[in-house]
Amino acid sequence: MILFILRRLLLAIPIMIGVAIVCFSLVHLAPGDPLVSVLPPDASADLQKQLRTLYGFDRSLPEQFFGWISRAVTGDLGTSIASSRSVTTEVMKAVKNTLILAAFATLIGFFFGSLFGFVAGYFRDTLVDKAASFISVMGVSVPHYWLGMVLVIIFSAQLGWLPATGMGAGGSAAWEWDWAHMKHLMLPAITMSVIPMGIISRTVRALVADILAQEFVVGLRAKGLRDFDVFRHVVKNVAPTALAVMGLQLGYLLGGSILIETVFAWPGTGFLLNSAIFQRDLPLLQGTILVLAIFFVLLNVLVDILQTTLDPRITRG
Amino acid sequence: MISTPLPLSIAPVEQSPGYWSGVLRRFAKDRVAMFAGAVVLILVILALFGPWLTPADPYQSSMLKRLRPIGTDGFPLGTDELGRDMLSRLMVGARLSLFMGITPVICAFAIGATLGILAGFVGGWVNSIIMRTIDVFYAFPSVLLAIALSGALGAGIGNALLSLTLVFVPPICRVAESVTSQIRSRDFVEAARASGANAFAIIRVHVLGNVLGPIFVYSTSLIAVSMILASGLSFLGLGVKPPEPEWGLMLNTLRTAIYTQPWVAALPGLMIFITSMSFNMLSDGLRSAMDVKQ
Repeated sequence: MILFILRRLLLAIPIMIGVAIVCFSLVHLAPGDPLVSVLPPDASADLQKQLRTLYGFDRSLPEQFFGWISRAVTGDLGTSIASSRSVTTEVMKAVKNTLILAAFATLIGFFFGSLFGFVAGYFRDTLVDKAASFISVMGVSVPHYWLGMVLVIIFSAQLGWLPATGMGAGGSAAWEWDWAHMKHLMLPAITMSVIPMGIISRTVRALVADILAQEFVVGLRAKGLRDFDVFRHVVKNVAPTALAVMGLQLGYLLGGSILIETVFAWPGTGFLLNSAIFQRDLPLLQGTILVLAIFFVLLNVLVDILQTTLDPRITRG
Repeated sequence: MISTPLPLSIAPVEQSPGYWSGVLRRFAKDRVAMFAGAVVLILVILALFGPWLTPADPYQSSMLKRLRPIGTDGFPLGTDELGRDMLSRLMVGARLSLFMGITPVICAFAIGATLGILAGFVGGWVNSIIMRTIDVFYAFPSVLLAIALSGALGAGIGNALLSLTLVFVPPICRVAESVTSQIRSRDFVEAARASGANAFAIIRVHVLGNVLGPIFVYSTSLIAVSMILASGLSFLGLGVKPPEPEWGLMLNTLRTAIYTQPWVAALPGLMIFITSMSFNMLSDGLRSAMDVKQ
């Protein structure tokens, strides 16, 4: 088992190196001077040169890459050009906020997704199935930034039940799991949950229908098992794949939260990314993308390992 | 039979007579897919002829008639934050929105299918180079990759199209590689090789005919995602620039109006939703009509 985990981690290393190269080149593809956001338009040539040396932009690209990556491994992602704060601190603060949002959204999505999926798969080709499937198609088709706007219109602007933006009193530093703060979480989390809901419900529906058609289910029924006990067997068969899909969805939400965080002014990684893009803050942009992508790669490995552990049918090849 | 390679376009028809008529028959019976197809057809007509069909000038602004509600006399869907007719702008917006959503998938289909078929058919180190590179891009969540790329390249239609294309190449390439390597090991390919057909002829006659269908169906399922992402880029200010009418951009500029004229502000998003939903249902119908698994 430990050997298997080690092997999976080792296999992820070349991918992570590739990811780092992509992150780095991405930012250096950017046209224009990377210092344009901090340099005053009338900066002297001397000052320009000084700043260039300070941020390391005067060295060759490979030199810059190896410098950046060797510092990144030790947890130092450089200094933000716009705020001159440490990129690592900024990103980690934002990751925590995005994680709160994405984890909550994944839970909601997983609960309703499995519910709809089970119902649809169990009553296949009935009206219930059609309704549940329709909801899941809606879930994967809705532009979530628009859904966010509509929810704000209904629940904030019209009814005034829930706040429209932000993380509540004290901002992200004072986050607590109490109702006053949870109120701020509701709308963005519900908005975010529709994508995993749609995808999990589609997956679960297909799995349940597939398993119910297998011979062992007929065998269980012939043995005289009640519906509920048959259902337990189905759940056991569906769970590993459904959990794996849920894990991957969490990864997608972490990386794809930018649109929702922009709509709700949620101070997470997406919000950070947005400001990094529009302020042309290259170290911050690079660092945020790298952290999110590495997170995604590791999550993939974790899901893989968990699925293998949970599902005795998969051999550890 | 192999000695006279057939033109590509009719190759699948020759392979299993009646397949396409069966697909058509099954598709015609699928009421949901037919309905979605009709909606897509209307949207395509709007995209092609929208500028000649609009009741008013979509660029004509008026400071006096800003943010009128739905149902105003002369403005059936109200006016936007600059007093422009919403109905006309939504109609004309179909052109850019559909173009921005569909083009990346077409380009990614061409690139991804070529790379994937090549990797799957040749195998060996060619496969390793292509697929390991694809793995790296696959390691990014798609929204993150799209936004990071277009954020780094800067706002604009061309950059948005480029970054979305790059986002869709890896998944299409993976599907193409897996179906091609499955087909490659089938007996009829072996038979063709044994009877002396060269690699080019095998790809043209045997591989393409069996592989393009599944890749095509998979690619159509990406159009819905692409529509949402493309409009999302414009929504963030990374795609189409004002004053061009594009649904994502319109949604962005109308965001300030959610407290004054909420239902007018929500209209562009509804268009994106309807479009993406129709493409999803159309793609699902196509998948079951063409009997593609996965």
